[in-house]
Amino acid sequence: MKMQSAWEIAEGVRKGSISAVEIVEEFFERIEKHDKEIRAFITVSKDSAIQQAKEIEKKRREKKLGRLAGVPIAVKDNICTRGIETTCASKILKGYIPPYDATAVRMLKEEGAVIIGKTNLDEFGMGSSTEFSAFFATKNPRNLNHVPGGSSGGSAAAVAKGLSAVALGTDTGGSIRCPSAFCGVVGVKPTYGLVSRYGLIAYANTLEQIGPIANNVIDAALLLSCIAGHDPHDSTSIGENKDYTKFNSSAKKLKIGVPRQYFGEGTQKAVSDAVWRAIKKLEGEGAEVEEIDLKSVGYALASYYIIAMSEASSNLARYDGLRYGFQDSSGARDWSTLFSKDRKAGFGFEVKKRIMLGTFALSAGYFDAYYLKAQKVRNLIIQDFQRAFKKFDVLMGPTMPTTAFKLGEKTVDPLAMYMSDCDTVPANLAGIPAASIPCGSSNGLPIGLQIMATPFEEGKMLNVAKTLEDILGVYAE
Amino acid sequence: MKDDLGLKIGLEVHCQLTVLKTKLFCSCPSNYRGEDPNTNICEVCTGMPGTLPVLNEKAVEAAVKIALALDCKISESMNFFRKNYFYPDLPKNFQITQYDKAGGSPIAKEGLVETIAGIIRIRRIQLEEDPGKLSYEGTIVSSPISLVDYNRAGVALVEIVTEPDLKSPKHAREFLQKLRSILEHIGVCDGSLEGAMRCDANVSLFGGKRVEVKNISSFKEVERALNFEITRQKTMANVAKAEGMETRHWDDVRRVTVTLRVKEAEEDYRYFPEPDLVPITISKEYVADIRKRMPELPDGRKARFVKQYVISEEIAGVLVGEKLLADIFEESLRTRMASNLLGSWLAIDILGYLNRSEKTLADMKFKPKDLAELARKVEKKELTENTAKSVVIKAIEQGKSTFEFAKEGAAITDEKSIMDAVKEVFEANPKAVEDAKSDPKAINFLMGQLMKATKGRADHELARKTIEQAITAGS
Repeated sequence: MKMQSAWEIAEGVRKGSISAVEIVEEFFERIEKHDKEIRAFITVSKDSAIQQAKEIEKKRREKKLGRLAGVPIAVKDNICTRGIETTCASKILKGYIPPYDATAVRMLKEEGAVIIGKTNLDEFGMGSSTEFSAFFATKNPRNLNHVPGGSSGGSAAAVAKGLSAVALGTDTGGSIRCPSAFCGVVGVKPTYGLVSRYGLIAYANTLEQIGPIANNVIDAALLLSCIAGHDPHDSTSIGENKDYTKFNSSAKKLKIGVPRQYFGEGTQKAVSDAVWRAIKKLEGEGAEVEEIDLKSVGYALASYYIIAMSEASSNLARYDGLRYGFQDSSGARDWSTLFSKDRKAGFGFEVKKRIMLGTFALSAGYFDAYYLKAQKVRNLIIQDFQRAFKKFDVLMGPTMPTTAFKLGEKTVDPLAMYMSDCDTVPANLAGIPAASIPCGSSNGLPIGLQIMATPFEEGKMLNVAKTLEDILGVYAE
Repeated sequence: MKDDLGLKIGLEVHCQLTVLKTKLFCSCPSNYRGEDPNTNICEVCTGMPGTLPVLNEKAVEAAVKIALALDCKISESMNFFRKNYFYPDLPKNFQITQYDKAGGSPIAKEGLVETIAGIIRIRRIQLEEDPGKLSYEGTIVSSPISLVDYNRAGVALVEIVTEPDLKSPKHAREFLQKLRSILEHIGVCDGSLEGAMRCDANVSLFGGKRVEVKNISSFKEVERALNFEITRQKTMANVAKAEGMETRHWDDVRRVTVTLRVKEAEEDYRYFPEPDLVPITISKEYVADIRKRMPELPDGRKARFVKQYVISEEIAGVLVGEKLLADIFEESLRTRMASNLLGSWLAIDILGYLNRSEKTLADMKFKPKDLAELARKVEKKELTENTAKSVVIKAIEQGKSTFEFAKEGAAITDEKSIMDAVKEVFEANPKAVEDAKSDPKAINFLMGQLMKATKGRADHELARKTIEQAITAGS
């Protein structure tokens, strides 16, 4: 199947060679045909999407079309969309319809993108396989017996299967890059602060970012250009609004660092081979490659889970059923019983586990040993990256240590599931940008290569990604 | 209160920054009063999923003013923390506040307030968001339902925490009065608004466990609640029942404290840095600029009153105890006359009447200059002081903006008229005249009858002298 790229659709719609309504309807036909087995979407918003597309048609006559005119986009269901149910794949938010658009969603709409639906995820983003959705598991379009990765599994699967031209995901510890690697698409986790978090339903505030998932680097860059920049509603957003679609594809003199720690014990040979092959190709094009040590990343996973769970335990406190979402009012005679009943029945097991662990880590007497210690480790990781980037333009390694695992394979082994995030969490802790792009496959399952850069150097990072994509070609089955 | 009780009182005072137009972290109006429940809200102050707080920078300025007025050390950098606990009036089930441990830095600390009964040290000042408000049917204990209104949620509060330096319930009240006047002088908190200043009190006796009393809504209530709590704790000690650490609720209808929750240990709020807000730098230049624009504070104003208007320290102290009162005093003194009379009228008679009748200075509708004119007439002996005061009280009582005199309003100052009136009163009250020979209290009764007969116009001093002489002459 030939994928229609977002930038081609937008160009066609602007020129008038493509009808926004027709293109949107075409995508809905594909959703109707394929989503029964993939199950990428929690909500499909056909009526409002067709309405949006009609308005774009109207605007075309006035020649006021944006950079994403008529581009169908799927939005991960932990990003607020005004008037469209937003659940975080949790029973506790079932039926919740946000009264406002997330800043990123508002910006996309202003550029003419059409929201076609909300995609599945691990409940509140807590997982790496999309199996922890309270509603259903999403399947990997490359092999239906395998997971799509997570937590933005629905977004990556939708893009990989052509159910949406592009998608928004969110990345707290790898949640954009992991499913992008597993599904063979391009995913970008921006620098912390580049994209507004306003409207992103928080899992772990200091780690997460909204970012693009696309079939090719140009689409990802285009989407990022449309959502980047300071937002007065988010005090932690400090980025500039830049155009990332101007590429200068050349590997000459590019200094690439390859941290040994990213090829640890659990890394499949097929994965490390594919990543090295790609790096060697860049070297052949004139890049300078050097293996390095980034010792502190060995502690990244422990630090990451303590910080993420601590923040989550506080962020998720608001879901008590009193103001919105799920309420189990059977027999509750006082507020504390009501809150307990709502939270007991509303949250899934994995979410409860993380709330409990986070509550423990923040408790008096344990705070110093866990939360503060984790922050110290985080500082060491930041310093390690800073040192490395003094010498290298980008760092490279695998996105995931393995290809997509089988459905149900790791749900019974939580530690193995957590371990699979070992290559993605360091970038979240350091706040640096990181992208995953396809670099090959093994047994029909895609392999992702990770590119990391220094904060706010998304331009440089995407340039390298484009160079690599030009050499390797877009992922094809 | 005797020292051997080992009484320790500390206060946590919550002051709304009523000067701000918007709430602390969103753009909803900060004035929620009089709105229908749950209408003065937005997705941010109700903690809707995905929303983020954005600091209202005017709140920092107001808090710095408070810190300067209370002689505090102002932090060069401050940050916010989350205080985690579940309660239906907290939309996020955590409160964004400040903290002085674990890398936390509140806006200011280590200040002091001077009161007549001694210095009260300020431990810290912090910015935080107000929770919503719960309403009950009847009392918190017996109500079958509770209703929640988030109109107030997110309003900027400054919490002022004292060291346990308060010597008595009365002292606590004096401190709060002073604090209120300071806040009104710097113009950040209008203490006359219901709920704009609230306080929690920590009380312990005999070195026992600290008991926190919440829900104290006015300064009178502080004194009542503390008196109740001290008596209660004394009684408990007498029956040898150990006092545990607990939080009690002041029931201002029944005027008792009731157990809200018993604490096993220090409550664990799992404080950690608020990840959605960045640390705020408070530069020396910023503080210096605010310091330059600081208005006159009550202590300075009191000293100036004593010097400029030649009134007593006591009267000046009472006048500056309420900004509006001091303003009225100064406003009415534009003519630079009768400062002593005006001072005592305002500080003693008018304030006394307002307190007894549960009215406020806002119920005074007449102009300060008219009050001054009245004082001038008394000085010129055109009016007795009693008549003047009674028309003033009557005007406040009736909410009138002008003074009304009885038709023949002039003071009776000639001895003959007074003598005639005294004779009439003596004839009508022979028993009282007889009693007065041995009981001075009866003289007061006769004075009352005389003033009644003359509609208050008899010159007070002359009338008393005449009655006393007549009684001495008759015995």
